[in-house]
Amino acid sequence: MTAWHWLALAAAALAALAAVAALRRRARRTARGRRFFRHPAAAPGLVVLAFVVTTALAAPGLAPYPPRAQLDIVRLADQPPSLRHPLGTDLYSRDVWSRLVYGARVSLGVGALAMLVAVTLGAAVGAAAGYFRRWPDALLMRVVDVGLALPRIFVLLVAVALWGHVTLGPLVLLIGLTGWFPTSRLVRAEVLSVRERDFVAAARALGAGPARIILRHVLPNAAAPIIVSAALGIGNVMLLEAGLSFLGLGVPPPMPSWGNMIADGWPKMAVAPWAALAPGLAISLVVTALNTVGDALRDALDPRAESA
Amino acid sequence: MTEPLLRVRDLRTYFVTAHGSGTARAVDGVSFDVYPGETLGLVGESGCGKTVTALSILRLVPEPPGHVRPGSLVEFEGRNLATLPPAELRAVRGREIALVFQEPRASLNPVFTVGDQIAEAAVVHERLSWRAARARAVEMLALVGMPDPAAQAGRYPHQLSGGMCQRAMIAMALVCRPKLLIADEPTTALDVTVQAQILELLGRLQAEFGMAILLITHDLGVVAGAADRVAVMYAGEVVEQAPARELFARPLHPYTQGLLASVPRVDAPRAAGRLPAIPGQVPAATAWPPGCRFHPRCPYAWARCRAEAPPPLDAGAGEPGAHTVRCWLLTEPQRRTPRP
Repeated sequence: MTAWHWLALAAAALAALAAVAALRRRARRTARGRRFFRHPAAAPGLVVLAFVVTTALAAPGLAPYPPRAQLDIVRLADQPPSLRHPLGTDLYSRDVWSRLVYGARVSLGVGALAMLVAVTLGAAVGAAAGYFRRWPDALLMRVVDVGLALPRIFVLLVAVALWGHVTLGPLVLLIGLTGWFPTSRLVRAEVLSVRERDFVAAARALGAGPARIILRHVLPNAAAPIIVSAALGIGNVMLLEAGLSFLGLGVPPPMPSWGNMIADGWPKMAVAPWAALAPGLAISLVVTALNTVGDALRDALDPRAESA
Repeated sequence: MTEPLLRVRDLRTYFVTAHGSGTARAVDGVSFDVYPGETLGLVGESGCGKTVTALSILRLVPEPPGHVRPGSLVEFEGRNLATLPPAELRAVRGREIALVFQEPRASLNPVFTVGDQIAEAAVVHERLSWRAARARAVEMLALVGMPDPAAQAGRYPHQLSGGMCQRAMIAMALVCRPKLLIADEPTTALDVTVQAQILELLGRLQAEFGMAILLITHDLGVVAGAADRVAVMYAGEVVEQAPARELFARPLHPYTQGLLASVPRVDAPRAAGRLPAIPGQVPAATAWPPGCRFHPRCPYAWARCRAEAPPPLDAGAGEPGAHTVRCWLLTEPQRRTPRP
């Protein structure tokens, strides 16, 4: 790690701080923004997220070594943290910091994309069930009941086992397809109340069809629970991905993800704890940040707090 | 006489209540005509079926629990809206028949600008591009007397006053130049001064576009000022129907008389004491009284009223059918003396 990399890291941290500060200044103008930042952990959580996202995006500038490079398997394996290797090296003599930075891309990307799949599907199913009611509602909600009754991790294990070698794309799809059930319930509940509001009747009186009413009038007014569940869900998906990768069924090595970094570092916990601790702490930090931001979002978007 | 634009015959809309306490016959055999270019006032107390009538015309009654009974006829330009396929019905909604609701602010989607919502009707029915539709929306806002229409089009409903929202709703209803405008209590939620402005606006637009208006209200003052003909509803039925002037000069149904008597007047002597009121309240729609539905509250009721439901009887003024009353008093006028 050279001076240049340290400088880039400091720049990334500063950029994250500046972004959040700017956001906070803008948020002061609206009641929602003020409610968001009233949450004590909202600002620190956002800073952590902004920092991690920045490092993930700027990974090539921040990582001193290629993430898969085995530097010197004989002399450089299991090195403790030093100036050259700020987080040490792992059992294959790979630089842990470089892998952590590139792993952020994979872990965050998988989390965000899988959540996108889950939220899209959940919103579509929930909106259809809540808007049409009657038999579509009954049918879709029974499917959701079944989906919620199956333990997700086992469904994923079975799917991965049957699939054999899972690449990143199918992994994202699998995690997304098994994760939309709670979201669909939330969306359905919200849609049930929004569909009874006068402007939906007005849109119907105007001659709008069901698709237009759902997309333009119902869903935008049911956005709050969708956003909150997405924010809280990303953390969940990241943990799930880490768990799968730890079991060797998630992101295929040697591609770094925080989960398979823990898996790699785990056997050497006694001699080189940094190799597993660094990604472990990173996951905990990011998931905590996501949860606090999700909580703050819930406070901010809660319509019952609108008058406060 | 010209053909009616809208012919409603024997309209029945029932609601099946959830806990099995029976069927609410909210609208139970309503018939009336609306002629091109005229204003028909539909008046009555809360709970007598005015709003359900309006919703039933465009089949907007939430199903379940409600449904328009087969046999109901809602004929608009030769088509029965009660049996029209959904796609054709959607083409009528908003384009040929438009609806203005009671609560203007609640009827606007809070997440879109007023201009976009007005434009939506044009996008739906005339397949205009959004750019053209937005220009049309600004035109419509100018037409309904919105100051600085271009700026108002870019604002959100919560940034406008109630009266402004109602003007926006009217603009939205009129985008496609409908032939019939159903206004369901358009002024109830507004201040009295704004009420007058909105009514005046409706009158002006009616003259300009030549559309018919079905004006639903519980406010007899509104009807007196704006309607050509009036239908009085009670307990899911039209109990009296007459030209406005005739109705106010010569109300024949005891319910109409009671309604008119209970309106405070500035020109009446104050000596009369308390304002007269119709005793009791509208019965529950699940259990209309047998016979004439008004008999429990009627000061003249006798045995026949309790046993037999009166059909619409011709009151004999003007053309046949111009003034009809559902009341047995028309057959026995000598009974029109209040009980002691």
